[in-house]
Amino acid sequence: MTNAMLAISDTQLATNVLFYTLAAGVALSALAVVLSRNIVRTALFLLFTLGGVAGLYFLLNAEFLAAVQLVVYAGGTLILIIFGVMLTSKAPGMKFEPKAIEVLVAAITGTIMLVALLAGIISTRGYAGHPAEIVRQPLDWGTSQYPVSDLGQALLGDYLLPFELASVLLLVVMIGAAFLAKGRRRRSGREDKV
Amino acid sequence: MIWACAISSSPALPLADGLGQTLVFKDLLGWTAAPWWAKLAWDLAVIAGVFGGLLSVIAMFCIWWERKVAGHMQCRPGPNRVGPIGIFQSAADGLKLMLKEDLLPKDADKWMFRFAPYMAFAPVFAAFVVLPFGPEFVFEPRLAVGIFYILAVLSVEIMGVIMAGWASNSKWAIYGAMREACQMVSYEIPLGISIIVGVMAAGTLNMVRLGNLQAGGIHTWLIFRNPFTFAAFFAYFVASLASNKRAPFDLPESESELVAGFHTEYSGLRFSFFFFAEYAAMFVVGGIQATLFLGAWNDPFGIIGYFHAKFADGNHDLQLLVLNAVASGIFVTKAMVIIFAQMWMRWTLPRPRIDQVLYACVKVLLPLSCCLLLGASLWGLVVGSRAGVPWVDYQPFSWADWRAVPVALATQIILVLIGLGGLTAIALWVGYAFITGRNLKQRLTDPADIISRIDQTGPVIT
Repeated sequence: MTNAMLAISDTQLATNVLFYTLAAGVALSALAVVLSRNIVRTALFLLFTLGGVAGLYFLLNAEFLAAVQLVVYAGGTLILIIFGVMLTSKAPGMKFEPKAIEVLVAAITGTIMLVALLAGIISTRGYAGHPAEIVRQPLDWGTSQYPVSDLGQALLGDYLLPFELASVLLLVVMIGAAFLAKGRRRRSGREDKV
Repeated sequence: MIWACAISSSPALPLADGLGQTLVFKDLLGWTAAPWWAKLAWDLAVIAGVFGGLLSVIAMFCIWWERKVAGHMQCRPGPNRVGPIGIFQSAADGLKLMLKEDLLPKDADKWMFRFAPYMAFAPVFAAFVVLPFGPEFVFEPRLAVGIFYILAVLSVEIMGVIMAGWASNSKWAIYGAMREACQMVSYEIPLGISIIVGVMAAGTLNMVRLGNLQAGGIHTWLIFRNPFTFAAFFAYFVASLASNKRAPFDLPESESELVAGFHTEYSGLRFSFFFFAEYAAMFVVGGIQATLFLGAWNDPFGIIGYFHAKFADGNHDLQLLVLNAVASGIFVTKAMVIIFAQMWMRWTLPRPRIDQVLYACVKVLLPLSCCLLLGASLWGLVVGSRAGVPWVDYQPFSWADWRAVPVALATQIILVLIGLGGLTAIALWVGYAFITGRNLKQRLTDPADIISRIDQTGPVIT
C-alpha cells in the first residue's frame, strides 16, 4: 500500500465504490437502451439510466436535483413516451429495425459526442476533482437554511428572466398541443356523423 | 433499533461526517471504527428488516381490514374463519398465494413480466425511508427534500404497472396499463400542487421539520393554518386516491370491464407483490397527509411537542424512546384513519368512466388546486403565520406569543372549530344510527317480504 492509498478515508472509499457502481449501472443500462430492439424494453432501460443518474445526484448531495430527475424524467417524460408509443404503434410488439445507413449515421454522431464529452471532462478535470474530494457540507437542518430555499431564491431572483422565458415557452407548447389535439378530434367527430 | 440510529444523528448530537449525508447509505450507529462496508451492510439490513417487516404487517393488516370494512358496508360479516374475527385471514391468503403456481403467459415478454412486480413494489419501499414515525423514529431525518423525495419515488411506481400491463401481452392488461399511465400522470399535478400549498404554510420540505412545526397542539397543525391549506387537505385526499388507483379511480383494474386490469395475467406470489405495493402505497400517502396536514406524530394538545422540547438535550434518551414509541403510535393511527377514509370511499362510490376521471382532474381539481396555491401565497404575503417551532421558539398556548399575528390565530381557531364540528357531526350521525338501531338488522330486507311482493305483482324484469 502506498501513502496515497492510505490517505483516502473510509468515507471516500465508500463514496468511490458507490459512485463507480452507480456509474457502471448507468453506463450499462445506457448501452442497453441503444442496443435493445424492443421499444418498451428500451424505455425500461432508460428508466434505469435516469434512476442511476438520480442516485449519483443523491451521492453528491444534490437531493433536490435527484428528486426532480425522478419526477420529471423517470416519472413524467418517460411515462409520456411510453404512452405515446402505446397509442400510436399499430403492432403491440413494435421493434426497431434500423437500416445500415442509419447505424452509420448514429455511430458517427455518437463518436463525435463521445470525443467532445471526453475533451470537456479532461479539460475541466482540474476544477471538479475526484468525486470523493468534493466537499460535503453537513446540512444544518435545525435552521431554515436549506439548499432548496436558496434554489428558489436564485430562480425567482437572479435568474428570473430565463425562468420566466422557459415558462412562456412551455405555455406556448401547451397551447399548441391543445390546439392540435382539438383539431383532430373535431375532424373525426364529423366523420362519425357521416 | 431505528431509535438508536436516529438518535445518533439527531441535532443535539454531532452529525456523522461523510456517508451520513447520502440517502440510503447513512451511517446508522455512528460506528466510526467499523469498516465502511460493514456500515453499509448494516444500513441495508436495517432497511430490509425493519421496513420490510413493517410494510408487510401494515399491508396484511390493511388487506384484512379492507375486507372487514367492505363486508360490514355490504351487510355481511367479512372474513371470520381464520383466527378471532378473521384476523389471520391475510396470513392464510399469503401462504396460499406462495404455494400457488406462478403462471407465465406463453407470449409474454418473460423477463419484463417477472420483473414488473418488483418494479411496482420497490419505490413504495423506498418511500418508507423518510416517513417520520416519531421525532427521532425516522431513518433519514436530514433529507432536506423529504416530501418531494417521496413524491418522486412514488411517481416511478407507475412504471411497474405499465410494464406489467405491457409484458402480459393481453388486451385487458394493456388497457389497464394505459389508463394507469394517463390517470397517474394527470393526477400527479394536483397532488403536487396541493402538497405545495401545505409546504408553503410550513416553509420546509423536510418531514421531521414539518412534524416539529406542528408540535404545539391542534391549532398549529398545517391543515388549520389558513383556509387554503384546509381546502388543500381535501384536494390532496382526492388526488391521492387517484394516484393510488383506489376506487372510485380504480380504472386501471376495473374488474367489470377489464377482468382485473394490469394484473390480469398474474398469479401467486407475483400477484401478491402488486397487492402489497398498493396497500403500502396507501399507507405512504396517508402518512404524507398525516405529516403534512394533521400534525404528524403530535397529539392535539401539544403534549408530545412539549416533552420532546424538554427531553431533546441529549441526556434523556430513555424518555425520548418512550416518547417516540407513543408518537409513532399516534402517527400510525392517523395514517390508518386516512386509510379508513380511503376504504370508505371505495365501498361507497361507484366507478366513473375514464373520461370523467380525466375531466375531474383537468377541469375541476387542477384549477381548484391552482386557485388554492394562489390564495395560499397571497395569504402568506398579507396575513402570514406564526413562524418557528412551537415550545422551542414560542409558546403555542400563550397569547403574548401570538399578539403579532392576531388574524392568523383567529383563523386557526375558527378552522379548528369547523374541523372539529365536522368530525362531531359525523360521530353524532353514526352514533344516532347505532343507538336507534339502524344497524345490520334493519338494513337487511326480510326475504319473506320480498317473496310476498313478487307473488303479488310477479317478478319485475327490466
